[in-house]
Amino acid sequence: MTLRIEIEDLAKHFGAIKAVDGVSFSVKKGEVLGFLGPNGAGKSTTMKMITGFLAPTRGTVRVCGHDVLTDPISVKACLGYLPEGAPAYADMTPDGFLRFIADIRGLSGADKKRAVASAADRAQIKTVMFQPIETLSKGYKRRVGLAQAILHNPPVLILDEPTDGLDPNQKYEVRTLINEMAQDKAIIISTHILEEVHALCTRNVVISNGQVQFDGTPSQLEAMSDYHNAVCVSVANVDGNAFSIFLNGLDFIAKVETLVANRGFRVYPTNGRQITLELAQVIRGNGWEIDSLYAENGRLDEVFRTITMGATGSLRSSI
Amino acid sequence: MNMRNIWFIMKRELSGYFATPVAYVFIIIFLLLTGFSTFFVGNFFERGEADLYPFFSVHPWIYILLIPAISMRLWSEERKNGSIELLMTLPVSVFEAVLGKFLAAWAFTGLALLLNFPLWITVNYLGSPDNGVIFAGFLGSLLMAGGFLAIGACISATTKNQVIAFVLSLIVSLIFVLSGYGIVLDFFSGWAPTALINAISSFSFLTHFDAISKGVIDIRDMLYFASVIMVWLFANAIVVNARKAD
Repeated sequence: MTLRIEIEDLAKHFGAIKAVDGVSFSVKKGEVLGFLGPNGAGKSTTMKMITGFLAPTRGTVRVCGHDVLTDPISVKACLGYLPEGAPAYADMTPDGFLRFIADIRGLSGADKKRAVASAADRAQIKTVMFQPIETLSKGYKRRVGLAQAILHNPPVLILDEPTDGLDPNQKYEVRTLINEMAQDKAIIISTHILEEVHALCTRNVVISNGQVQFDGTPSQLEAMSDYHNAVCVSVANVDGNAFSIFLNGLDFIAKVETLVANRGFRVYPTNGRQITLELAQVIRGNGWEIDSLYAENGRLDEVFRTITMGATGSLRSSI
Repeated sequence: MNMRNIWFIMKRELSGYFATPVAYVFIIIFLLLTGFSTFFVGNFFERGEADLYPFFSVHPWIYILLIPAISMRLWSEERKNGSIELLMTLPVSVFEAVLGKFLAAWAFTGLALLLNFPLWITVNYLGSPDNGVIFAGFLGSLLMAGGFLAIGACISATTKNQVIAFVLSLIVSLIFVLSGYGIVLDFFSGWAPTALINAISSFSFLTHFDAISKGVIDIRDMLYFASVIMVWLFANAIVVNARKAD
C-alpha cells in the first residue's frame, strides 16, 4: 500500500469558528509533505485530528489503512507525533522519558535498549540523557520530542514545527535527519519557515482559513511567483537608458524594472517561460559584454502572502 | 484493556512523585498528622484499650486535607504543560491512562499508610489487640483513600489550575464525609422522611468506613467504596476526553 495518510473532507468547528473546513489530501510513502499556512490557519488542528487527539466535526482520516475514528489505537501505534511546542514530562530525564515511550510502544529488552540508543543518537541528545528535561534548552527539548516521535521507527511521522526555536546548525541537523528518514516513511511537517520548502519537502499543501489553497510540488509553488523565471541582467560599458530601451523592445520580455544602485535590470518574461539563454544571445549579438545574468526561482514569501491573504485570480495579472 | 499500558503509566507517574521532594514532604506531614491526632485528639493512651481506633477515626479528616494535594496534579498538570497531547496520542486508551494514574496515586497513599506500622508495633507491644480488626481498619482506610483519590482525579481533569483542583476536591470530599455526620443528619431529621436521611447517610464515607474500621468487613461497605471509585474514574475518563484539547 502506497497511500499512508488519507484525509477526506476533514473539518473541525469550534462553535461558529471553522478552524478546519473541508480539507482533503493524501500522503504516499517517500513523500515529505510541507504543511504551510499562517498562524491560526488550521495546521495544528488538522494534525491533532490526524493523530487522533481531536475528534473531527466531519470527514475521515485513515493512517496506514486504519480509520482514526473506529480504530484510534492502531492509528496511534503506526505514527510518531511531535506536538506543537514539543511537550514532555519536565521532571523526567530524556533517558527515563524515552524508556517510558519505548514501554508504551511495546518495546522491551534489547529492542528497547537499541531503540532508545538509536533515537537519542539520531536526535543528538546523547550528552543530556541524564539531565531533567526542564533544565534543557529549547533546542534540546525540541530534539527530545523528535527522539520520542521516531523511537519506534514508525511508517508515518507527523511533526508540528520540528525546527521552531532551533539555531541554524540545529535546523540543518534536524533537516538532514528528516531527509534521511524520508525514503521509507510518509512524513507531514508543518512550518512557516519558507526555506524548508526546498530543504525538506517533496510536496506542499498551503492552507488558509481552514481550507486547502494549494497542493503541489515546491517548484509549482515557486512558479506561481511573479518573479518566477525573471532575469536580473547587467552589461558593462553601456548606457543604462540605451540598454533599457533595448530590453523593452524584445518581444519575449513583458516588463523591465530598474534595480537599485545601478545593478542593472530585472526583466519579466512573457508567459513565464525561461528566457535566460535567449536573452544572453541577443545581448551578445549586440556586441555587449554581460556583467551578470541570473534567473530567479520565484519568491515563496510573496507566493505565500498572495495565497494566504485571500487574493484570487492570476498572480501574473499585475504584470 | 491493556494491563501493560496501565502498569507503565502507573510506574511513570509514581517515579514522578519521587523525582521531586513532594513525595517526602507529603509522607512526613501525613505521619505527623496521624501521629499527633492519634495521641492528642484520639487519646490513645488515656483510653487504655489495645486497639487503633483513635488512629483510624481521624483518617477521614486527614484525607480531606491531604488527598487533594496528591490528586490535584494528576491531570491538571498534564493539561497545563501540554503533555496530555503526547499521552493521548500514544497507543493507550483514555481509561488505561485514567486507571494508571489513579493506581499510582493510590499505591503512593497506601505506602504512606503502611509507614504508620510503628503504631501497630506499639499497640502490640503494650497489649494484645485484635489484629484482625486492625487489618480491617487498614483495608477500610485504603478503600476510603481510593474514594477520595477518585474524586480528586476527576476534578483535576476539569481544570488546568492545580489550586482550583485542590480547593474543589477538598469541598466535594468534605460533602462526602459530612453527609454522614450527626450535625448534618440532625438538620434533616426533624422534617425529612427517614428514607431520605438513610439515603444521605448511606452516601457518606464516614458511615461505611466506621463499620470497617471497627472490624466489621461487610461486603456492602467494600462494594460502596469500589463503586464510588469506579463511578468517579468513569467520570474522569469522560472529562479527560471532553476537555483534553481545551
